[in-house]
Amino acid sequence: MLNKQEQNNKSKRTVIIALVVTVGMFGFGFALVPLYDVLCDIAGLNGKTGPKYVLQSGELETDLSRLVKVQFITSNNENMSWHFKPEVTQVEVHPGELMQVDFLVSNPTQQAMLAQAVPSLSPSEGADYFHRVECFCFTQQTLQAGEEARMPLRFVIDKDLPKHLTKLTLSYTLFDLTNSDISMASVPK
Amino acid sequence: MRSVWIRWAVPFFLLAFSSITQAEYGLNMTPGVTDISQSVYDLHMIVFWICVVIGIVVFGVMFWSMFKYRKSQGAKPAQFHESTLVEIIWTIIPFIILVAMAVPATSTLIEIYDVEESDIDIKITGYQWKWQYDYINDDVSFFSNLSTPQDQINNQETKGDNYLLEVDEPLVIPINKKIRFLVTSNDVIHSWWVPAFAVKKDAIPGFINEAWTKVNTPGIYRGQCAELCGKDHGFMPIVVKAVEEPEYKAWLLAKQEKAKADTLLASQQSAQQWSLEDLIAKGETVYNTSCAMCHQANGEGIPPAFPALKGSAIAMGAIENHINIVLNGKPGTAMQAFGQQLNDVDLAAVITYERNAWGNNKGDMVSPQDVAKAKGN
Amino acid sequence: MSAVVENELNEHHHHGPAQGISRWFFTTNHKDIGSMYLWFSFTMFLVGGCMALTIRAELFQPGLQIINPEFFNQMTTMHGLIMVFGAVMPAFVGLANWLIPMMIGAPDMALPRMNNWSFWILPFAFTMLLSTLFMEGGGPNFGWTFYAPLSTTYAPPSVTFFIFGVHMMGISSIMGAINVIATILNMRAPGMTMMKMPLFVWTWLITAFLLIAVMPVLAGVVTMMLMDIHFGTSFFNAAGGGDPVLFQHVFWFFGHPEVYIMILPAFGVVSQIIPTFSRKKLFGYSSMVWATSSIAILSFTVWAHHMFTVGIPLFGELFFMYATMLIAVPTGVKVFNWVATMFRGSISFETPMLFSIAFVILFSIGGFSGLMLAIAPADFQYHDTYFVVAHFHYVLVPGAIFGIFAAVYYWLPKWCGRMYSETLGKTHFWLSFVGMNLAFFPMHFLGLAGMPRRIPDYALQFADFNMISSVGAFLFGTTQLLFLYIVVSTIRSGAKASAAVWEGAEGLEWTLPSPAPYHSFTEPPVVK
Repeated sequence: MLNKQEQNNKSKRTVIIALVVTVGMFGFGFALVPLYDVLCDIAGLNGKTGPKYVLQSGELETDLSRLVKVQFITSNNENMSWHFKPEVTQVEVHPGELMQVDFLVSNPTQQAMLAQAVPSLSPSEGADYFHRVECFCFTQQTLQAGEEARMPLRFVIDKDLPKHLTKLTLSYTLFDLTNSDISMASVPK
Repeated sequence: MRSVWIRWAVPFFLLAFSSITQAEYGLNMTPGVTDISQSVYDLHMIVFWICVVIGIVVFGVMFWSMFKYRKSQGAKPAQFHESTLVEIIWTIIPFIILVAMAVPATSTLIEIYDVEESDIDIKITGYQWKWQYDYINDDVSFFSNLSTPQDQINNQETKGDNYLLEVDEPLVIPINKKIRFLVTSNDVIHSWWVPAFAVKKDAIPGFINEAWTKVNTPGIYRGQCAELCGKDHGFMPIVVKAVEEPEYKAWLLAKQEKAKADTLLASQQSAQQWSLEDLIAKGETVYNTSCAMCHQANGEGIPPAFPALKGSAIAMGAIENHINIVLNGKPGTAMQAFGQQLNDVDLAAVITYERNAWGNNKGDMVSPQDVAKAKGN
Repeated sequence: MSAVVENELNEHHHHGPAQGISRWFFTTNHKDIGSMYLWFSFTMFLVGGCMALTIRAELFQPGLQIINPEFFNQMTTMHGLIMVFGAVMPAFVGLANWLIPMMIGAPDMALPRMNNWSFWILPFAFTMLLSTLFMEGGGPNFGWTFYAPLSTTYAPPSVTFFIFGVHMMGISSIMGAINVIATILNMRAPGMTMMKMPLFVWTWLITAFLLIAVMPVLAGVVTMMLMDIHFGTSFFNAAGGGDPVLFQHVFWFFGHPEVYIMILPAFGVVSQIIPTFSRKKLFGYSSMVWATSSIAILSFTVWAHHMFTVGIPLFGELFFMYATMLIAVPTGVKVFNWVATMFRGSISFETPMLFSIAFVILFSIGGFSGLMLAIAPADFQYHDTYFVVAHFHYVLVPGAIFGIFAAVYYWLPKWCGRMYSETLGKTHFWLSFVGMNLAFFPMHFLGLAGMPRRIPDYALQFADFNMISSVGAFLFGTTQLLFLYIVVSTIRSGAKASAAVWEGAEGLEWTLPSPAPYHSFTEPPVVK
């Protein structure tokens, strides 16, 4: 049977352990943020297509036995007023073939503006196999008032793309960062 | 007292359940018009009936106990209070029932996720508070707004049959073709839902989601936004018109022709001289479709989120500022950049209307040419 | 010699409660604090109830009659927040405070002063939360689930106060949970092993572990919101590399265990009451402990069943479907055990037993709709419709709320030494039962027929059931004023209660006099 002193000590110990768990779970909540990104990267979830892709030498062996349709769609977020369209809405590529598609952008307003394009690929199963070698979405883009630009996307589809995937859709959403206080946490994937 | 309750409760439940299979009463889920929606309906009914049976058994034992083992009738309590065997049995049997449910559920889900080999791809963008449909490969794009008049909503007019489920421009698709939807959002999270197709997909800003359907029966199918997205979440319905393929092709062609004609007309109208009266008249129509939900038909808005236009600094002040806010919106608020959504004639008309309606009476006229200039064209 | 006696006499004076209002501000007594939690929770229940009636009044007929859509969104949001965080959770903490020390033979909670702080944070937090309704831009209007970016980029200015309110309330819950764990683990009377504890104590122990595991995650997610809104981060904003869906994952990682936090103590209450009024021991005590623990552990693995339409890949969707279906197994085991307790018992139908029986039946109906919701392809038709609203109101109202009513009727005689009027109690029960079913059963049909959630106006085919539902809601709501009357008149002028109160009641609290002394079990009892 515990006396009051022993009970007090045991209680203190329980409280300390419980507090450690509490703080730990608070940290866990924040750890979910990078964890989510890691899981999305590994599994290609959420249409995230990975960071800038570095081509290995000898990688560009084209698989001529099949063609994959790649569609491009664009959206402007909120009041973003830039004209933003792909030069072509669809291309057909062989896996392993390096392809370039240009996007036409223009700023019709009277002031310079800063934008960020965020990509998303569908189906998400294909995101792991869609490699962007060069993309205007890797950096923020500035256009002066009335300025037009032609922004390239260079990509290659991995030869290991599952055979049942014959059509991929790459969507870009253009965000207006001109007056935003968003600091770029990381390169969008 | 007890038997009276049972005599009343049992018929109630029987009545409720017996009419449940009649979807026309609006009691049950619709089997819909696609193979998937039928599978979903079948799944729903299987699980429902399993639950009914389990409920009858479990509640039956309870009601029986309440009747037979009442202290007031002299029941003496038994002494048993555990049995490992019984616990194991009533753990394993439910588990088996669940596995049985999971099998058809899994195969239906796999079918739903198979988006391959679509015939037509349509991009769907959720806006606060309307939908935009974009036929990616056909260069047809339009907004779909709620078309129920404000007066019906405000109980000043009798409500129509499709109250809150009607739009100005429905989505038109052919039957018997696999239609793939690419769903995203312009602002907050919305969700595109058509019960007749069993398709519901969230629209997430910055990301694209996929769904597909293949409609078997021509008809008009109505749905609603299914994710709280702000003030008019309940006022951005979906209407899909499924038609035979020839009719779809004709509609698509007409839409493409109309888009070209509209551009031509807009530039002609932009070039032509408009009178103040004509602009105001047109502007009122545009206002009622695109502006009145927030700023209200009487121009008084719902401050502070939706400012009044009647007597407002913008409508009564410098024309440039008025044009600018209508064209480019106001970041951080619900005021959108209508320069992206309306043509020059409509924009000029609505701005002119706002400056002259509700006693504002500025006498100002904004022409389509003014708008074009402000856009930088 | 006489001085010593006098001193002893003086010391006895300190054993009673202090006088005046400062008693309530400074008390560290678990009975006082329990009472404050219960009164606070009932007040919040009425406030949240008024918001519900505002909603149901607007939804009585199609068209916008009474309030505008903006305010409607504030009402639905605040109704949820107040009921979840202001009514249900504090009520269970109040029951924990009153009952746990008495049930385990302890003189008080392990940390009496922290106990006081845990309570007094709440009135401050909720005053702040309610005051947002009067701020510029209105109160929170993004649903109690506050998804980003509606709750970040598009939120009214009051969102910052909402976040602070959530933080304060979370701190209160965490401190309360730590107190419960320390008390139960360390202060049981000699002879009371873990497997001899009353089931209410078990369910609260498990609930307390859930609380310290997930309330910090809620604190994390609202902190991330705060940072996105004020400090330029992009946790939930795609523009800066973030993802709105991340919000949903983190929120529901908290949110799902949260709903079990809201029901496990009610399981405990019902597990005490049914054996008493069946005059038979609870069937399968150890199985009940295992089932409750399994439910708690499984509750961490099912969160994305709230997100089936968000675009989760196939294998994720399947995993969450299977895990959610699995949770039905231990829940079913509990229901079977309650039924087996009643079977071949000797049953009487006093008010606590009526609420407990209704709990088992109606909570099970909520469980059935939950099982239907777990089937992911079918959920595409149910998600964000009134079918979901029906489901969670069935598990929360005849679940958590009836559990709380049952507990109050059962233990009130012990707390205040007086019996409530059985006729009035039964009236409260039947009116609540009818009102609740009228209010929420039609919602199943509304959802199946296609009515979405969180809309202030609806298409004409939904009109009839909405009208029925509103009538039921008003019946249920006004009946709770009868409950207030019953409690107050019992405390003031009820018939005197005995120590044992209920024939067949077991547990240390029934060995105390009624009302229980201000300080009880100052010497621990011996438990055989």
